[in-house]
Amino acid sequence: MTPRVVFPNRILPYLLLAPQLAITLVFFYLPAVQALYQSMLREDPFGLRSRFVWFANFRKVLADPAYLNALHVTVVFSVATAVVAMGVALLLAVMADKVVRSRGLYRTLLIWPYAVAPAIAGMLFLFMFNPSIGTLAVLLRKAGIAWDPLLNSTDAMVLVVTAAAWKQISYNFLFFVAGLQAIPKSLIEAAAIDGAREVKRFWTIVFPLLAPTTFFLLVINTTYAFFDTFGIIHAVTGGGPGKATETLVYKVYNDGFVNLILGESAAQSVILMIIVIALTAIQFRYVERKVHYG
Amino acid sequence: MARASDRKVASGFRKDPVLQQKSPKTPASGHDKLMIGQSSAGIWLAHAILILGVVIVAFPIYYTFVASTHSLQTILRPPLPLLPGPEFWTNYSQALTGGGTRIGGVGVVTLLVNTTVMALGIAIGKIVISILSAYAIVFFRFPFRMTFFWVIFITLMLPVEVRILPTYKVMVDLGLIDTYAGLIVPLIASATATLLFRQFFMTIPGELVEAARVDGAGPWRFFFDILLPLSRTNIAALFVILFIYGWTQYLWPLLVTNSNDMNTIVIALRKMISFADADTQWHLVMVTSILAIIPPIVVVVAMQRWFVKGLVESEK
Repeated sequence: MTPRVVFPNRILPYLLLAPQLAITLVFFYLPAVQALYQSMLREDPFGLRSRFVWFANFRKVLADPAYLNALHVTVVFSVATAVVAMGVALLLAVMADKVVRSRGLYRTLLIWPYAVAPAIAGMLFLFMFNPSIGTLAVLLRKAGIAWDPLLNSTDAMVLVVTAAAWKQISYNFLFFVAGLQAIPKSLIEAAAIDGAREVKRFWTIVFPLLAPTTFFLLVINTTYAFFDTFGIIHAVTGGGPGKATETLVYKVYNDGFVNLILGESAAQSVILMIIVIALTAIQFRYVERKVHYG
Repeated sequence: MARASDRKVASGFRKDPVLQQKSPKTPASGHDKLMIGQSSAGIWLAHAILILGVVIVAFPIYYTFVASTHSLQTILRPPLPLLPGPEFWTNYSQALTGGGTRIGGVGVVTLLVNTTVMALGIAIGKIVISILSAYAIVFFRFPFRMTFFWVIFITLMLPVEVRILPTYKVMVDLGLIDTYAGLIVPLIASATATLLFRQFFMTIPGELVEAARVDGAGPWRFFFDILLPLSRTNIAALFVILFIYGWTQYLWPLLVTNSNDMNTIVIALRKMISFADADTQWHLVMVTSILAIIPPIVVVVAMQRWFVKGLVESEK
């Protein structure tokens, strides 16, 4: 970057940065450091004294079947949510790319679930699929499908995945539409002249050229499923039935806030921190490439 | 080949093709023109799939609205009719003026006010402190400039979820539980917004700063008379995204509000619902849901252009 023309001022820039820095230090760095420190402490049963135990909390957490279960649940939940949300969005985006008439209307009608809070989305789906008063649950029962998300763990998982994916369709749709519009139409027409049918054109030309968009969305959707869906789990299943929908974030909250197991909850926080750092690194590496090519 | 196409996709992102949908090349309300290799049957199928998609996406909201216009008795005897019922006025006035929806003596209006204050506070707060930070980082030279930049950037990797307990402790120590400041201030640090403004400021030519300085304008004058007007679109785009972000918060208000009259509407809804016992006032829950959903939807749909721009830009 060439040297910029700047204002010669010594104090002002610090004053401009002060509010943001104060907030990050007090509410981000201080707690994060405390979480790191706490993760190496263990309290006695009465919470009176604590001693420094190095990585014992981490060993305990990582050997805990309940934690491994939460990890498993999180992975299943994230993969399912990402696949459903991206699959549906891609199908709709490909269709929207084909039509010209009322394309703007379709977009308007497809984007608003983005504005619905995840927790509300979850509650609405539970209302529709609630075994006692949900209309869709009644219809499912009439069709001979036994369904109870409050008691059956698979049904509960299906319900939270549906709600989480439903909310994310809009976002993915907008990005897929943008990605599709950047693909030169002449490429597709050339393939059509060579006799490639529509399905073949999609898989051999469109889909590979969409790969950067798809990869980007995969990272974003994973982050979403890991962290932003706490509201859905908390409001709809509370991690249940059993521990069938207890995700990592829900478990940190539950262990720290409800069960008050401080050291182990902090250790879980630190593990989550490492996951976020990995996801952010992947995301920015990818963005780096995009900027480079641009 | 692959490289060239990657570049296409990349520059496509930069030029924001979603926004260009309204360009004369592809009129939103034109006739479907067939490309080579497209059949009109294919186009009809596309319309059919899109309509099905819209129905699936819209159904939960429509169903909620329908439920909010029926009496509790009708809701408790599923399946629910597919058309709105006669209880619209009864339910909505009951919800708005109090009655059954009160949770611990708190009406829906209070909840809506709380949520609006929080969403506006977060959106405006984030924009203000980020634009100031980006201004300092781009238009001034001072020791530790890049250190500060990284300090802000790294907060991206520290979402609330990974520091729940210690942050809560800080909130208690500072006496911020059950206050608007507690709901808003800790959330207004923003690496994303700072990055976005920084990126935009770096495209502003140095000659502009030089001209301003020659004309005797100081840093504040430059900021208010030149930089702010130039940033209008970016601010609008960011505002939509951040307003939605603030409105849909869940974990944070759950942590920092204990008393019912400080709840946001999302948290209050959670408290209204009990699937275990039968005394949930479903018709009023549905009214509250609609009231919780409508404001952010109106913002997204009314400011659609900026919303799409904000989404695409803030993820770069």
